[in-house]
This record gives sequence, structure tokens and C-alpha cells, in this order.
Amino acid sequence: MSTKSKTLHFSRRRFLKTTTAVAGAAVLSAPFISRSYAAEPLKIGTYGGYFKDSFDKHIYPEFTKATGINVESVAEPTGEAWLVQLQTAARAGQAPADVSMMAQTTRLKGQNTKLWAPLSEAKMPNVKNVPDHFVHRYADGSISGVGAVSWYITLVSNTEKYAKAPTSWKELWNPANKDSLGLLALVSNSFLLEITAMTWFGGTNAMDTEEGILKVMNKLAEVKPNVRLWYRDEGQFQQALETGEIPMGQYYHDVTGLAASEGKPVRSTFPKEGGVLDSGSWSVSKASKQVDKCEVFINYMCQPEIQAKMSRKVGTAPVVNRDILDLTDAEFAAVASDIPPILPRYDLYESKSDWLNQKWSELIVG
Amino acid sequence: MTTPSHRLSARPLAIYPAAMLLVFFLIPFGIMVVVSFFHRVEGAFFEPAFEFANYARFLSPFFGKILATSIGLSAAAAVIGVVVAFPFTYFLTTMPRRQQTVILVFLLSVLSLSEVIIGFAWSTLLSRTAGVSNLLVWIGILDGPQAYTPSLTALLLGLCYLGFPYAVLVIYPALSRLDPELPEAARMSGASPVAAFFNVIIPVMRNTIVGTLILVFVFTLGAYLLPQVLGRPQHWTLSVHITDQAIFQSNLPFSAAMAVFLLLVSLALVGITMLLSQPKGQRS
Repeated sequence: MSTKSKTLHFSRRRFLKTTTAVAGAAVLSAPFISRSYAAEPLKIGTYGGYFKDSFDKHIYPEFTKATGINVESVAEPTGEAWLVQLQTAARAGQAPADVSMMAQTTRLKGQNTKLWAPLSEAKMPNVKNVPDHFVHRYADGSISGVGAVSWYITLVSNTEKYAKAPTSWKELWNPANKDSLGLLALVSNSFLLEITAMTWFGGTNAMDTEEGILKVMNKLAEVKPNVRLWYRDEGQFQQALETGEIPMGQYYHDVTGLAASEGKPVRSTFPKEGGVLDSGSWSVSKASKQVDKCEVFINYMCQPEIQAKMSRKVGTAPVVNRDILDLTDAEFAAVASDIPPILPRYDLYESKSDWLNQKWSELIVG
Repeated sequence: MTTPSHRLSARPLAIYPAAMLLVFFLIPFGIMVVVSFFHRVEGAFFEPAFEFANYARFLSPFFGKILATSIGLSAAAAVIGVVVAFPFTYFLTTMPRRQQTVILVFLLSVLSLSEVIIGFAWSTLLSRTAGVSNLLVWIGILDGPQAYTPSLTALLLGLCYLGFPYAVLVIYPALSRLDPELPEAARMSGASPVAAFFNVIIPVMRNTIVGTLILVFVFTLGAYLLPQVLGRPQHWTLSVHITDQAIFQSNLPFSAAMAVFLLLVSLALVGITMLLSQPKGQRS
């Protein structure tokens, strides 16, 4: 809670004391304030809907039991709206949430304006479980965010239309798949540039320069005759994939697995070049007065048992290394893979977003 | 004709529509115009400014092509819609009153369908796995089922479906008020029913037809879901790109500039159409 509301609280106590004229009130009020401050809930922001419901159900009650810290669950909107709200509030010294789950591009934007409170590595010993690509740092090495949940985008196919599972992203370019692919329509959520760079140019550092990116785009343009649907709405593609109307494409590994387990003729394959690993991270607003409690929470979330529980109950891929998890092979395969992932170039979507967006539109529409 | 006293008493009442127009149209539109001049902060949101950068970005061959696509699609949907709706409505007015009511109520109920439902219904109807081509295979016309979506035809079908009920509902009152003696007189003078329809009824209904064309044109110009569901990327209208910029790129200044531009262009087109469609005698 902010100092502002603490003073408010205090003055209300004073008001009560004078109006009720209870002699002992002044003595009693001091311990009351500190007790109420300790019980002040930690405000944790996650995307409203499925994520918030899952955290409310599977994570927060046991976190409170284990640490004594109460949680106030905050539903945050997806996209950049939450970043803007956090920034505006921080200017006024307020934190609508102490710690929030942030998508990578928005997390980077916050990092640029120093919106995130630097976190202490010493107070979060479990962060050593987390691979480097999920520990985000300021230039001086202090931690600006830690991976919260992750998920894979993979190559999916209809099992009736494709008896054999595809093995490479190169299938997207295969002329035999004319007019039969469903791909995500936006540059910033499809990560098709990274997929192209990994598949044909040996890695995403092929995109370090604008010339490099244009080369990757030209290669990607070759898939256009194969694309039947550029989708913005997930449901639109999933239904077409299940019926076989659009028998191949890119989609979310967890959701596809769920559909397959319900008997739908679909499968998700990790191509040999890797699935795309997208993620959300915990970041703490610099306006938060409870950074220490945030660190306790992040440390709690980085425990192998909690990450395994998230994979089982929420369906997210773990953000800690597999060797310390007690997930069975089947449980692990349901959410992730041992094939090294393709890591999105979030830095580009942050530094070149309008340029990329314009070139991307020209690529798809033209 | 209203008498002067009527007009006097009506004047205070005119404040109400004026106020509604101000609150629900002019003020939001004004905000949009203001935002369209704001400065886009890449990697953040926007900040107040007065610059033409957003309009400058729009004035490119790329967006010119998209604007032309949007206008072409809506114009085609308007023309096809009215060409189909006009004879339909004409035959409707010759039916017994009871049947007319049933058909009109059915059309009104079609209006309750949203763009989403219309889009997904057509994409299913035109699909390979569940669409009409399966019926053609069953009859023996086709060898195997085919997908007719996404395509320009599918998109135009969807847009016409969206505009058709509006077209009928605008044409219907005018046609049902049409003096039945007009076509009769034409036929007694020796014109065939077809000639009477084209030489008498259509010229008399000229203003209604132009009004309907404009209505369907403007209405379909705002469609942003049908092009995504039924069209290919080259058929994505300006409305689709405005949505992308506003929702997915958080670039409100640019999307506002595009929206202002779209509005001005469609207003200009509507104005030109109305000018050209006035018979010479009425032109002032």
C-alpha cells in the first residue's frame, strides 16, 4: 500500500479518537496500523479470464498459506493498455498492481522507461532455476523481470489429411501444400520471421539489420500461395484445422494437444528447427511499496514444484529447466519439448515496430 | 406544408436532434480529428501534438491501393445489391398484403444477424468440407467438393447479403406508393412489361435508387470482419487496416487519420453521386 493511503488511514484513526473520546485509542492505534500494513494484500496482475481464474484457483490460496502474504488478484487487459495504465499511475506514485504478468514487447517498453523496480537476486534464490532467456536485466545487471509462464507455437496438422507428421517448418514452403495453410496474420504475434530465419538462414541473428530482415521477408513471401487463411482470431483457424478445411498451419501447442485429447483429428509437432517459445514475465512497478513481498512471490513461483503444478493444472510450459521437474515424459510433452526453442526477437518489435508492421502489411497484401 | 405557427412551435423541439447529433456524432468525430494530428510514440502510446505525419504515411501507393479496393468493393456490393433488390421489391409489392408482411418480417429478422454470424455462416456454406459444393457432387455436377472461400466472389456475396435487407427496406415504401396507373398506362400505350419496367418505373424511382446505392455503399464501407473471413489479404479493406493499427499496433493517431480520410472520401463520393443523379431541371 502507498504511503498516501497509510496517512489517510492514520488520520481516520485520529478522527475516530477525537470524536469518540476513547482514552486508550491513541495507544491502541499504533500497533493497529503496523498490523494492518503487514496484512496489506499484494496486488498481482494477470490477464483477465483464463489466466486469472487459474491463478485464483491453483496458486494464490497456497501462496498465502505458505508465506502469510494475502493476495489481491487484479485482472489486466492484454495488449499495451495495461502498460499505459501502469505508467500513468506510476507518475502519480500509484501502483494498480504491485507485480504484473507482462508480454515481452510491453515488458521491454516498460524497461526502456525504467518503469520496473530493480529486483534483488539475493532475495530470490530460486531464480537460479530459470534459464537466462527468462531472466531479464537492466544494463547494470539488476533484474527487471523474471519469466512467469511460457507457451509454444508449433506446426500443427490434420491427421486425416496428413497421415505422417511433418518434421520441419520447411513444409510451409512445400508446393504440395498449395492453399492449405493457416498462419497468424500479424508480424508481432506470428513470429513467422523468426521461423523463416531459423529454417533458412541459420538463426534469428540473420535479422540483425534491416537488409537482413527484408531478405527474410522475401523468403517468407514465397509461402503466400500456400496460405489459405491469415487469421487474427484463434477460433477461426482451430475450427478449420479440426474439420480439415485448412489442414496445416501454425498454432498453440497446448490448445492443439487439448483438442487431440478430445478426439479431434489434429496433432501438434515440434519441427526439428524448434517451436516458437513465447512467454509472459513478472515485472514490478517502481511505484510499488511492497517490492520485498513481490520478490517473495516471484521466488515462490520459480520453485520446480510450482512450475510443474502450472504445467499440469494451467497447461503452460515451465520457465525452469526440465531436469529439476518431476513431470513425466507425457506431462512434459503435453506442454513443451526438449528441442531447443526458437526465441522471438522481441527487441525488433519494440525498436522497429512501425517499420516492421508496414513492411509486413506490404508483404501480405501486395 | 406546415403553417408558420407550426414551424414556430417545432423550433424548440429541433434542439433535441441537434443536441443528439452534437453529443453522439460531432464530439466523437472532433476527438478523432484531433487525435489524427497527435504524435505517435513508437514503443509507447501517443502524445498531444499538431503534425501531419499520420496523413503523410497514408498518402502512399500502398494505402492508395487499399482505399481503391475498399471503395471498389463497396461500390460493387451496392450496385449488385440494388440490381437484385429492386426487381425483388417490385415483385414483392405486387404480392398480396399478407405475404408481403411475412417476407418483410423475415428480412427484418436477417438484420438482427451480426457481421460475425453472416461471415462465419457464408464461410461454412462455401467451404470444401461442409459447403454447397458437396450438394453439387451429390447431384453429379462436380467430381469432388471444392472450396469457394476465401475469394472475391465469397466476399461480395457476404457484403451483398449484408446490404440486401437495407436496400429492400429503403426501396419498398417508395415502390409500394407508386401509382399503379403508371405501368398500366405504359402497357396500354403498347409497351411490354419489361419495357414498362425499364422505361417508366426505373426513371420514376431514380432518386430512391440513388439513395439506396449510397446507403448500401456507406454501410458496407464499414465492414471489417467479412473481408478477413471471406476475402484474401488483397481484399482487406481500409477498415481492416484501421482496426489493425488501432487494436494491435496501438497506433491511434494513424488509425484516426485513416478513418478521417475514409470518411472524407466517402462523403465526397456521395456528394458527387447526388449531384450527378439530379435530373437537369432540378439542378440549381
